[in-house]
Amino acid sequence: MREITLSKAVNEALAEEMRRDETVFIIGEDVAEAGTPFKVLSGLVEEFGTQRVIDTPIAEPGFMGLAVGAAMTGARPVVDLMFGDFLFLIMDQLCNQAAKIHYMSGGKLNVPLVVRTNLGATRRSAAQHSQSLHALVAHIPGLKVALPSSAYEAKGLLKTAIRDNNPVVIFEDKLMYNDKAPVPEEEYLIPFGEAAVLRDGTDITLIGTSSMVQVCQKAAEILAAEGISAEVIDPRTIVPLDEAALLKSARKTSRVIVVDEGHQSFGITGEIAGRINEKAFYHLDAPVLRMGAMDVPVPFSPALEDITVPTPEAVAANARKLMSGEMIDAA
Amino acid sequence: MADSKTNTEAYLRMYRQMVRIRTFEDNANQLYLSAKMPGLTHMYSGEEAVAVGICEALTDNDRITSTHRGHGHCVAKGAEFQQMFCELLGKEEGYCRGKGGSMHIADQSHGNLGANAIVGGSMGIATGAALRAKMQGADDVTVCFFGDGATAQGLLYEVMNMAALWKLPVIYACENNGYSEYTKTDEIAAGKITARAEAFGIEAFEVDGQDVLAVNDLATKLVARARKGEGPFFVELKTYRYHGHHVGDINREYYRSKEEEQDWKANRDPIIRFRSWLVEQGVASEDEIEAMNAEVKADAAAAVDYAIAAKYPEAHEVDMHVFTDIEHVLA
Repeated sequence: MREITLSKAVNEALAEEMRRDETVFIIGEDVAEAGTPFKVLSGLVEEFGTQRVIDTPIAEPGFMGLAVGAAMTGARPVVDLMFGDFLFLIMDQLCNQAAKIHYMSGGKLNVPLVVRTNLGATRRSAAQHSQSLHALVAHIPGLKVALPSSAYEAKGLLKTAIRDNNPVVIFEDKLMYNDKAPVPEEEYLIPFGEAAVLRDGTDITLIGTSSMVQVCQKAAEILAAEGISAEVIDPRTIVPLDEAALLKSARKTSRVIVVDEGHQSFGITGEIAGRINEKAFYHLDAPVLRMGAMDVPVPFSPALEDITVPTPEAVAANARKLMSGEMIDAA
Repeated sequence: MADSKTNTEAYLRMYRQMVRIRTFEDNANQLYLSAKMPGLTHMYSGEEAVAVGICEALTDNDRITSTHRGHGHCVAKGAEFQQMFCELLGKEEGYCRGKGGSMHIADQSHGNLGANAIVGGSMGIATGAALRAKMQGADDVTVCFFGDGATAQGLLYEVMNMAALWKLPVIYACENNGYSEYTKTDEIAAGKITARAEAFGIEAFEVDGQDVLAVNDLATKLVARARKGEGPFFVELKTYRYHGHHVGDINREYYRSKEEEQDWKANRDPIIRFRSWLVEQGVASEDEIEAMNAEVKADAAAAVDYAIAAKYPEAHEVDMHVFTDIEHVLA
């Protein structure tokens, strides 16, 4: 199978959906000729024109609001939010408006829009361009949240997001834009709410999201060399969450580490750990462990930044401790 | 160009719509005072000529966005008393199945995209609806209602900039009732409000919001021009709210004198003014007008009785309408 970059996969997903449905359009900063700073959208304006690939002023709340109104009246906007950190700028339009309109109208109004944004540290971009803020969005009922972990996932999940009749926020890992993965030529969709078991194992379950899926895969390889069999699961979407698949694995292996690049406190790792604790407690042989990003603003210096996010070695080290019954110091 | 309302039928319809708003609000206020209505509500009484003058220039296909003080817009855009009172009382037959309440009534069938409890929260939505119309080659126009208080929100300037750049068919209707919640507008608004729109190259107008014919005449001209791609426009309508910020804001002499309120009610009431004009012009006799008032009053009383007796939504509806495609999100 051909291999393409995550960036190309996103570009293909958008082009295919825009050809399929003329109500789909892209709106955001420097999305047209510039193709975004990450060059993810290069070529789209040439095919679809500036009426459907709309460059906006630097006004995130403004263009997010426009997307909500367009979505409510018969269009399918794909909002390009240049950095995940800018979510704080659009919170009212996303969380007070888009998320609640279907509910507040008793199901009469729909808001079929997608916010494409990103997450991920270690790009030396410091505290305002490095955050992984998907937990904030997942906290608000009415928003779906997708976390692709490869080019293949990015394409299939984005196509599903664009066809969804609800607001969806999809976070791409900005360090992964140039990573290649096998992606079929033929069309495919990835349904929301279905986790992928990426590696079968029997001793411990590593649940990883987005950027942390690769970290879990590498940790599983390290552990395999030591005779520890780790299962790796990618939830793919956290809203909706495939709780059944996570519980099934937890019951099978009896040990779980949840790894996510959002801040550890009050985050995705705690939520998933809590659900496993509530529903699989009597199957567990060890406490469910959370591994998130350090609860500090992301520092600029590489010497500091690199220690704020979970690494394969750190995940493997914690897995060993769980296997041996050692106590883990709370982070 | 569409004609402004210049025939007997249209005049009587505008009068009737203004009386319907006033009567609706009188009943809503009584429901609050007699503790039959959950929560609070914001009265539109005194501002009727604004909503009616503008909405009579629109078709059902044209959209509006409304505010926390939104009952007037909802009635003027064609909503029925029964479903409105049901919504105010949180009943299943309300426009939003009781999930929105006074501050979130939406009536999609008449193009009302909804009231909004965030001051200035719907400016993006209105502008986005207009963006969709332009993109799709539709000829509908969107009117964004907001108060003088909302002119302090930054979102207005972000979306007016884009609306002006892209010549969107949107009319920003600023209902200046002189008070930003509990504060005089003079204390929160620097400079001239219309000058803010003019800074973006948007044609801006001031009109007496107590004169329904003046409002309707201007609105009709601007709607016709917006349909032809000559928008956006900005209108400041000088008006007055008879009640406090909300129904519970009774003792308000610390920010507004009773003499001032009495002066507006006695000398500038939009219904009394229009009624006198109708009689003077021989459009209707006093008897005919009294009969119309009585009919509206009886309609409202029947709708209130109906709503009080109507059933609440079943408890199982609580997790419905969070997403379009998941019937019960917590099941």
